Amino acid sequence: MTEAIVEYRGISKFFAGIRALEGVDFKCRSGSIHAILGENGAGKSTMIKIMSGVLQPDEGTILLEGKPVTFSSPQAANEAGIVCMFQELSLVPDLSVADNISISHPPRRLGLIDRRAQVRRAEYLLARVRCEDIDPNALVRELSLSRRQMVEIAKALGRDPKVLILDEATSALTSRDVQTVYDLLGDLRDKGVASLFISHRMHEVDALCDTLSVFRNGQHIETFAKGERSEGEIVRLMIGRDVEAQFPPRPPQPPEALCDAPLLSVKGLKWGKRLNGIDLEIRRGEIVGLGGLDGQGQKELLLALFGVLRDVEGDVRIGDAKGIPSSPAAAKSAATRLALVPEDRKTEGLMLGMSIADNLLAASFANITSGPFINPKKARAEILSGISKLQIKAGSPADPVMTLSGGNQQKVVIAKWLMINPDIVLLNDPTRGIDVGTKQEIYKLMRSLANEGKAILFYSSDYAELIGCCDRVSVLYAGRVVSEQEGDAITEESLVAASLNIGIEAA
Amino acid sequence: MQMVSLKRGVSQNMGFATAVLLLLALYLTYNMMHPRGFSSAVAIQNSNETVAIAFVAMAQTLPVLLGGLDLSVGAVMTLTNCVASLLLNGSPAQILLGMGLTLLTGTMFGLMNGLIVVYGRIQPIIATLATGAIAMGLALLIRPEPGGNVDGDLGWALTNSVWDLADTYGFADGGDAWWLRPFADIPVPFLLVLFVAIFVWLPFRRSVTGRTVYAIGSAEGAAYMSGLPINRAKIAAFTLGGFFAACGGLYLAIQTSSGNADIQQAGAYTLNSIAAVVLGGTSLLGGTGGAIGSLIGAMILRVISFYFRILDIDPLLQPLIEGLVLLTAVSFGAFRTLRVKNQLDLFR
Repeated sequence: MTEAIVEYRGISKFFAGIRALEGVDFKCRSGSIHAILGENGAGKSTMIKIMSGVLQPDEGTILLEGKPVTFSSPQAANEAGIVCMFQELSLVPDLSVADNISISHPPRRLGLIDRRAQVRRAEYLLARVRCEDIDPNALVRELSLSRRQMVEIAKALGRDPKVLILDEATSALTSRDVQTVYDLLGDLRDKGVASLFISHRMHEVDALCDTLSVFRNGQHIETFAKGERSEGEIVRLMIGRDVEAQFPPRPPQPPEALCDAPLLSVKGLKWGKRLNGIDLEIRRGEIVGLGGLDGQGQKELLLALFGVLRDVEGDVRIGDAKGIPSSPAAAKSAATRLALVPEDRKTEGLMLGMSIADNLLAASFANITSGPFINPKKARAEILSGISKLQIKAGSPADPVMTLSGGNQQKVVIAKWLMINPDIVLLNDPTRGIDVGTKQEIYKLMRSLANEGKAILFYSSDYAELIGCCDRVSVLYAGRVVSEQEGDAITEESLVAASLNIGIEAA
Repeated sequence: MQMVSLKRGVSQNMGFATAVLLLLALYLTYNMMHPRGFSSAVAIQNSNETVAIAFVAMAQTLPVLLGGLDLSVGAVMTLTNCVASLLLNGSPAQILLGMGLTLLTGTMFGLMNGLIVVYGRIQPIIATLATGAIAMGLALLIRPEPGGNVDGDLGWALTNSVWDLADTYGFADGGDAWWLRPFADIPVPFLLVLFVAIFVWLPFRRSVTGRTVYAIGSAEGAAYMSGLPINRAKIAAFTLGGFFAACGGLYLAIQTSSGNADIQQAGAYTLNSIAAVVLGGTSLLGGTGGAIGSLIGAMILRVISFYFRILDIDPLLQPLIEGLVLLTAVSFGAFRTLRVKNQLDLFR
């Protein structure tokens, strides 16, 4: 048993009197990959933020290699060898990739930043994460989310961490990149680095980690070696109760009456180089999945249908109307209403600083006005119904939405769109970075919306979700639908094969 | 390979590239229309009138890069102008000391702005509204009436051509040395601005502190999480802004041989500096752009006003036309919205 590199002794942290962590004792060893599990709001993020210097504990001590330490800022933690990759990326969009990778300690010559050395360093580190395709001189804002995450990893790597913390670091990655990160973490473990790994994907934890710690309600419940507990037991430890089947059952046959004409039909949809002729149909009562590797046009398809993209070509029918709505405002108020739960809830889904109530009403002001003014009675009724329908756990609707946990924030986004009573719901990876319990609620909600006769188009980067939730899945590759799968024929093998466009038909 | 990086350089700096082209077009046309166009005399006069606003625009750039505004730059320029009008005389050593003290005054004032913004946690726009008034008050105390006593040789040497500079101080064979010939006709004020830009701004931009300024304007949270020295960078930005404003004030004193605590002039310089920053391609949201762009922006503003002299336009119409031209010029930057295919990109 190697010695603990980081040890928590009785760490507590309170926010406005509310306990976020209480008396946590925790150890993490060098040369290990240590998973931190728990629902959102269990205290994982607080614990990580304390370790990386973003927050200071109210009680208790932290020992680093046996010596008590206090980190007053992320800078101090970095200097001690603790490097954290946050869920909210710590990259600066207007600086180049090379600038970002060496942001705090760039190579210098005569006291000034040596740009050539910096580019070479970026090239070296990007090669280590097998992302030679990323141009070190490109601005970070020009990169897709998954590429940014790889840059973030390269940046963390460049700091020679003793302790590397990955908070949902793989949530937006393509499967190839995930494999790269696995290999990298294995390498680092062999070199004696301690990695702390937060993920909501059990199969990742299973594939990668050697030690697991479960948190619940701000307390450290248990730490054990991989394999000591079954998956079911772990989930029970996390949520403190038994869970039933992960996905709600698919109705064997969609009701006859709903089956006739498609509510949404798309033929030969093209946009720039990203969408190259997409064909798709969705009927009322159906959940249609979009599969494939990240960046094959799934997000663009959803944005195009919602009226965000310009110069889209192709034949689209939405209900009785022909053509694509000209803007999100048109999409949500047409005869057949569309709603889009966007990819990034922090920038496109929510106005973080505004209250939960204002966020909930943001799409449906038209329903709650009397003349030009907002009718407070109607507004209040709508807000309460939204909160109870999705079981949003919030103190008061007047609290800023950023005080909620990630899962509850996502519920606010979904509730906001349900208030317009949409006919077609477009979901862009709605469960990314969300705890198991909330994920299941979202699955159930999707099925019940479908049963009400809504059409749902659902993009997910998690194959298990597509298999569990969807009636049909269209797999995209290079902006085209390369495979359509239905019902029980949707399997992990068939999805993976179709994603890679290698043409193996599922048995 | 070179072409690729050039193309990327332009596309990443569209605002700046547009500003440079606009300036070239405006200034070439101006010289062609001017009866004595393309002459050293015209260039000297033009650059003299541009120096102060150019420095003030550079000063404004730093707070704007942070995502804020500095409403005190015009007042700091005025204050240092008044300080310089008292100190720039006597022996060469005394004059040099006076220059140093003038620049120090502005720099310290900028430092004070930075400390107030960082440790007082007051938003830059309101903090500098207050400190700007303080600077004006100090300027009026120092110089209740316009006037001053600035060394005449200095005024002559620094506001004319390189040849005149050498002639006044008797170096390089009084300006006739063979190696000075290629530069003899260049206006000294132009060189002064260039000198400060190259030896103060460019090194700053390439330092960690300078990069932190950009990072703060682009995504302050990410900058903090990356362990960058946020407070130091903010203070440094305001301090450097004060230094640039002082350069403007110092030059104005040399050029006019006097100091003048003119409140309206200070206000006009502050507002024009914001216009110049935007014209030069720096985003008011922070994070992109730079002082060289603002320099170009200031020149564009000045060239527009030069046109009034040769076009014989009613002076009463001048503000109206200036406003229209400015609006047109700034909307060149809005052309990017026509090319955007994903409307979400507009908000990024």
